[in-house]
Formats: sequence, C-alpha cells, structure tokens
Amino acid sequence: MANFSTNEFKAGLKVMIDDEPCNILENEYVKPGKGQAFNRVKIRKLISGKVLEKTFKSGDSVPGADVLDTELSYLYNDGEFYHFMNNETFEQVAADAKAVGDNAKWLVENTDCTITLFNGSPIVVTPPNFVELEITETDPGLKGDTAGTGGKPATLATGAVVRVPLFVQTGEIIKVDTRSGEYVSRAGK
Amino acid sequence: MSDRVVNLQHKARILSQIRAFFSHRGVLEADVPCLDSHGVTDPFLTNFECDWQGQIRYLQTSPEFALKRLLSEGFGDCYYLGKAFRNEARSTQHSPEFMILEWYRIGMTPEQLMNEIAELITCVLGIDKTDSMSYADAFMEYANIDIWQATREQLIKIFPGECHFDLTLETDSDLLQMLFSILVEPQIGQEFPCFIYDFPLEQAALAQANEDGLTAQRFELYYKGFELANGYGELTDPEEQARRFGQDNNRRLRLGKKLIEPDVRLVQALKTGLPNCSGVALGVDRLCMLALGLEDINLIQFN
Repeated sequence: MANFSTNEFKAGLKVMIDDEPCNILENEYVKPGKGQAFNRVKIRKLISGKVLEKTFKSGDSVPGADVLDTELSYLYNDGEFYHFMNNETFEQVAADAKAVGDNAKWLVENTDCTITLFNGSPIVVTPPNFVELEITETDPGLKGDTAGTGGKPATLATGAVVRVPLFVQTGEIIKVDTRSGEYVSRAGK
Repeated sequence: MSDRVVNLQHKARILSQIRAFFSHRGVLEADVPCLDSHGVTDPFLTNFECDWQGQIRYLQTSPEFALKRLLSEGFGDCYYLGKAFRNEARSTQHSPEFMILEWYRIGMTPEQLMNEIAELITCVLGIDKTDSMSYADAFMEYANIDIWQATREQLIKIFPGECHFDLTLETDSDLLQMLFSILVEPQIGQEFPCFIYDFPLEQAALAQANEDGLTAQRFELYYKGFELANGYGELTDPEEQARRFGQDNNRRLRLGKKLIEPDVRLVQALKTGLPNCSGVALGVDRLCMLALGLEDINLIQFN
C-alpha cells in the first residue's frame, strides 16, 4: 500500500495509524513564521469508532489502509454472525457483532448495506440512511388527543424502539432515519 | 464582478493606506531583490531555488537581509511592500507566494515600534486598541505553566491530544515552541490584536538578547487565530550574527536538512555598522483577510 504524507491528508482518506485503519476527518496545517510546521489531524479509528486528535510533524507519512466499502445485501443472523451477499457474484461475507454494533437493529433482510472491509474482513456495517420496518407493538393512541407533540414509543420488527406520532398503530410499516433513529413517515405514503 | 475581484479592490485600498502611512512618517519605500544569490539558514524556512544561467538563485522568504544591507549603507528608515516566497504547504492561511510588509525604524525600541504597528493596524482594521503580554505571562495565562520553573515532564503532560512522534525526544526549546503553537497561540488575541514580547532566547532568531540572559527582544502579533507580525530589536553584533548562522546550520544538520551557505554580506553589513533599530515583518494578505472577515487566503489572491 502506498504511503501518504501529511500534505496529502484530506477528509475521507483511509490510513494506518497505531496499526489500526483510520478515516481522516479534518487536517489543519499549523506553521509559525519561525518554527516547526505541524498538522493537527482529527481521525476516526475505524474498528473502535474512537475519534481523536493527533499531531504530526509536517511531511511525515503513514501507510494507506487497505479499506474498501462494498454494497452487500443483508441475508440473516445465525446467532453469532450476520451474513451478507453480493447480489452480482453471490459471494457471501459474515460480519461479527462487533462490526455490526448498534446497527443490528436496523438490519432488514434483502436490504443493501455498506460493508467496510479491512484486508478483506468486515469491520463496519452501515445500514441505508432510511429503512422501512413494521411496528410490532405500540399503545393505541387516545382518541381526540391532537396535541401531536410527545408521540409514543413503538417497538419495531427488529427490536428497535422509536418514538412515533399517536395516530400510528401496530401492524403499520414506517420509515425511519437510521442515523438519528427518528420516525420519518408511514411507508409508501 | 466576482467576490474575489471586489476583495482585490479592497486590498488595493489597504495597500494605498499603508503607503500613505509611511509617506506621512518620512519612511522610504525600498526596492530590493526578490531573486538573490543567497537563501536563508533558518531551519524552518525553505527558499524556492531557481536556475539562472547554470547558477542557483533563491526567491527571498523576506526582504530582511537586503533591507539591513541598505540600512548599513545609510538609506535610513525604510519599508518594503511586495512579494515574498516560501516553499511550504498551502493552507487557508498560507500561500507559497504572499505579500509582506517589512519596515525598519532607526533608534526605535521594540516598544516604540509596537506602538507604531498598533497605529497602523487599528487604522486598517477599524478597531480601538491592542493588547500586549510577555511570552511567559501568556503561558501562565493560557496554559497555567511557569516556563522558567516547569520540568520537561510537566510540559509533556499538558500537550493536547496524541502525537505521532516521540515528544520525549524533542529538545526543551522545541517542546516549548510546539506547546506555544498548539496550545497557547490559538487562545491569544481573540478580542483585540495582542503583542507577545520577550520570547525565550533560544527563539531569538535575529533579535538582540535582553539583559536578563533568558529572553530576546523579539515580539509577535496575534489576532483571531492569525499570526500577523514578527519583529525584533535588531541584532547589530556581526560576530553574534555569524554565530547564529552557524547555529542554524547545526540545527539543519541534526534535522537532516540541507545546509545553506550563510549570506556573508549580512555579516559584512553589520561590521560596516547597522544603526540601532527595530524592525518588523507583517503578513499583508492576512491583514486584508482580517479587515474583510475572510477565512481563506485564496479569496484575497488572484491566481
């Protein structure tokens, strides 16, 4: 893998820092008139998800990370691994719970997810920004309650719990923003 | 007309303002070379090197040496307002080609020169006042550290975030300088432009030493996250000048950087006699950015 110098650091570049693949978020060049030049670099460690600020001497370089984002369709969970498939090659990939993390509750069968592969192994699973899920349980809304502010909790087919408006009922399918975990609308409307 | 063209018209007015400021004070504009036979020894400055008929020529990182040679030949109070070049990375505050304003005032102390700088920039920026603080006080104020008493361990401990190099291998002086750039400097002059004076002797560059044996007559000006100016009570001792050239090259050697042949004409000029004076260099593009509230140097340069 090629090396990248601090001058080439930009948001989105994936590099190896402390033996861990990292995504560069921000890169600030600091150069006093008299004195050493630095780069203050904000990075996200891809495996732990940790965000930190690191100071480099300008011109230093680090190896690129063999990180690849692929679109794969979610198949099923066997209790230990989450299985995904490439719909063109039918090649399958299994991601562990660590890679899926909190996103497990947004995995919908036959939906494309972004799987980040590091040296060929999945390290991050990112669901689509919006998913549609069925409500399996929610209190019936009180008739005549039109305040429409608070809403009520609803449990979805995957176990996720989101706040929904009072008029939405058990058995309905809703659209949810997976980044914020918020209700967007009833599906297909 | 694009925003940039409007910005450049504002810049033109600021340049006229600067020239009028010096004209009223009887300070002459000096025409000195941008392209010269010698580069700069400062280990953290890099000249552009050009080929001229098979010989190396250097684009100047500042007009300092030429102006001092001119002063030693009796030119008198002078300023240069024009281009300087540094072979370094770009950022929103850095451009390899930029406009510098550098001026020298015979018989002035650094304090008197700081007052004159304050007059110029309050007028250009339309603000009321400037602040000032010593280098040691700035460390106390913004990092709660007494630089004369602190141990290396204490300095390493307050370094923010992580480092991709071994901090413990840095010299005391480099450690202090890094902390200043990363921790202290961003906090200075957020409300009004602030002069920081009495830099540690190890960071004297071409400033005279103070009598305390610890600090030098070097000052800098900061405002809203910009390093705006760097000035000195100028070193006039030719032997000390030659020694500092040597010190720079030793440092270059340690850092694995190319050695630069010192410009002996400067040492010669100090031997002839540089009048007691103070001098300062100011980043003109940055001054314009602050005057116009711009965040990218690209918006005040035409390219």
